Amino acid sequence: MHARGNGAASRSWKDSRMTTAQRPHEAHLAHPDAPAPADALTVPATRATGCPFDPAPTVERARREEPVTRATLWDGSSCWLVTRHEDVRTVLGDPRFSADAARPGFPFLTAGLRELATGTRASRTFIRQDDPEHARLRRMLTAEFMVKKVEAMRPEVQRLTDELLDAMTDGRNSADLVAEFALPLPSLVICLLLGVPYDDHAFFQQRSAVLLSLRSTAEEARAASDELLAYMTQLAEAKRERPDDGIFSRLVARGELDSQEIASMGRLLLIAGHETTANMTALSTLALLRNPGQQARLRSEPSLIKGAVEELLRYLTIVHNGVPRVAVEDVTLGGTTIRAGEGVLCALNAANRDEAVFPGGDTLDVGRDARRHIAFGFGVHQCLGQPLARVELQIALETLLRRLPELRLAVPFEEIPFRHDMGIYGVHALPVAW
Amino acid sequence: MRIHADQEKCCGAGSCVLAAPDVFDQRDEDGIVVVLDAEPPAALHDAVREAAAICPAAAISVTD
Ligand code: HEM
Ligand code: SF4
Repeated sequence: MHARGNGAASRSWKDSRMTTAQRPHEAHLAHPDAPAPADALTVPATRATGCPFDPAPTVERARREEPVTRATLWDGSSCWLVTRHEDVRTVLGDPRFSADAARPGFPFLTAGLRELATGTRASRTFIRQDDPEHARLRRMLTAEFMVKKVEAMRPEVQRLTDELLDAMTDGRNSADLVAEFALPLPSLVICLLLGVPYDDHAFFQQRSAVLLSLRSTAEEARAASDELLAYMTQLAEAKRERPDDGIFSRLVARGELDSQEIASMGRLLLIAGHETTANMTALSTLALLRNPGQQARLRSEPSLIKGAVEELLRYLTIVHNGVPRVAVEDVTLGGTTIRAGEGVLCALNAANRDEAVFPGGDTLDVGRDARRHIAFGFGVHQCLGQPLARVELQIALETLLRRLPELRLAVPFEEIPFRHDMGIYGVHALPVAW
Repeated sequence: MRIHADQEKCCGAGSCVLAAPDVFDQRDEDGIVVVLDAEPPAALHDAVREAAAICPAAAISVTD
C-alpha cells in the first residue's frame, strides 16, 4: 500500500490547510512511484488553484471533448469516467450497471473502500448492493425519510438551529461555523432520528472522517469501520432491551435483520446522515459569502430558499469524486462500448454543470430552476435522506442569513482549508465573524 | 392527461411529492408513491411532467 495514512481526520484544520495548499497534486501522492502527467485524467481529480467551487479542469474538459472517457484511479487501475448529465442518468438508472461492490471490476476511490468491500470481513450495505436485495433493505427505511414525515420535523430542526446559533453568538463575534453549527446540526438531527446518543459524537465523527478520507490506509479504514460496527451492535442490543421511538429500535423490532445487517445499516445512516449535510451547509455559506449579489437576493427574497438550496446542491455537488458502478453487460453509451466487467465512475459534479441542461451552469444563480440536478445521484440508489437534507439546509441557511446580517469571513479566502482530501467535499473549517 | 405510477419501481425518495404535491403522495407504511389524482387539471400538467422527468426510478408515466 502506498497510501499515506496519517489519519487526516485527526489533523487540525490548520494542518490540513497547509497540506492542501502546498501540495495541490496530493491525489497523486497516493501513488508516488507513477506520477501521472499534469493533464492526464486521474481520479480523484485535482481542482485548479483558485477555483475551489468548480470541478477539476480535466473532468470539465472530458465533458466537452470526450464525455465517455478512460480515467486512471489512485491505485493505477483504470475505469470509465462519464461526465454528461444525460449519460450519467442513463448509467445510474440502468440495471445493466451494478452498484454491487463485490463484483470484479468495481472501481474504488480509496484503499479503505476497496478493503471494506472486498476484504476478508466485508460488511455489506444496500448502497452497494443491487435489487432485489437493495430494494428489500431500502424499503425498510423509506417511510422514515418520506417527505411528509420529514416536513413534520421542521419545528424540531428550527429549535436545534436556533439553540446552536444562540450558543455560537453568545458574547462573541466570531467562530468556526463548521465546528459550532454546520456539523453539530445534522449530527444532532440524525442522532435524534436514529436513537443514537449525541454524547458519542466525537467518537463517530472521528471514525466517519477516517472512512471518508482519501488518505486513510486500508488498515485505518478497517479499524474505523470495525469500531463503528461494534458500537452499532452494542446499541442494537441496548435497543432490544429498552426500545425507544427511534429508527434503530424499529429496525431491531422488525426481527428481519441479523445483527450484522443492522449494524452496517446503522453505520451507513449515521455517516451519510451527518457528513453530507454538514459539508453542504458550510460550503453553501461560503459560496453565498463569495457571491454577494446572490446572497443579497436571497436575503431580500427569503421565499427563494427552496430553489436556492437546489441550486447550491447543483453548483457545489459535494459528492465530487464520482459515483461508482460496474457494467454487467456490454452497453453502448454515446457511441462508446463499455464491456461487461468494466468499472464506471459517474461524475455528478461535471454533469451538474452540463450546459445542455443548465445554461450558464458555471454561475451560481439562486433564481434558477435547478431541480434536475443529480447531486443526490439518480436511479434506485438516489439519496434516501434527500427530504431530510433539504429541510435541514433550508432551515440552516435561511436562519443563518436572517440572524446574522453582518456575516463575513474572519480570515482571507485563500486561507480557507478546502476538503480536497476527502470523499465528501466542503471545508474543514469556516472561520466567520458577524 | 392520465398518470400511472409503478409502485414496484418506486424507490420512495419523494421527488414527485415535492414537484407536484397535489398529485402525488407517499404511502404511510413504506413511503412508496400513491397517485392522488390520476387525471389532474391542466394547471397541474407542467408540474406532473416535471415530476415524471425527475423521478429517479422512471416510475411515473404520463399519457395525453
Ligand atoms: C446534502 C446532503 C446529501 C447529499 C449530497 C447526498 C448524496 C447522496 C448520493 C449522491 C447518493 C447515491 C450514491 C450512489 O448512487 O452510489 C446517496 C445515497 C444515500 N444517502 Fe445521501 N446525501 C445527502 C444526505 C443524506 C442524508 C441526510 C441521509 C440520511 C440518512 C442520507 C442517506 C443516504 C443513503 C442511506 C443512501 C443510499 C441509498 C441507496 O443506495 O438506496 N443522505 N446520497
Ligand atoms: S419520484 Fe419516483 S421514485 Fe420517487 S417517490 Fe415519486 S415515484 Fe417514487
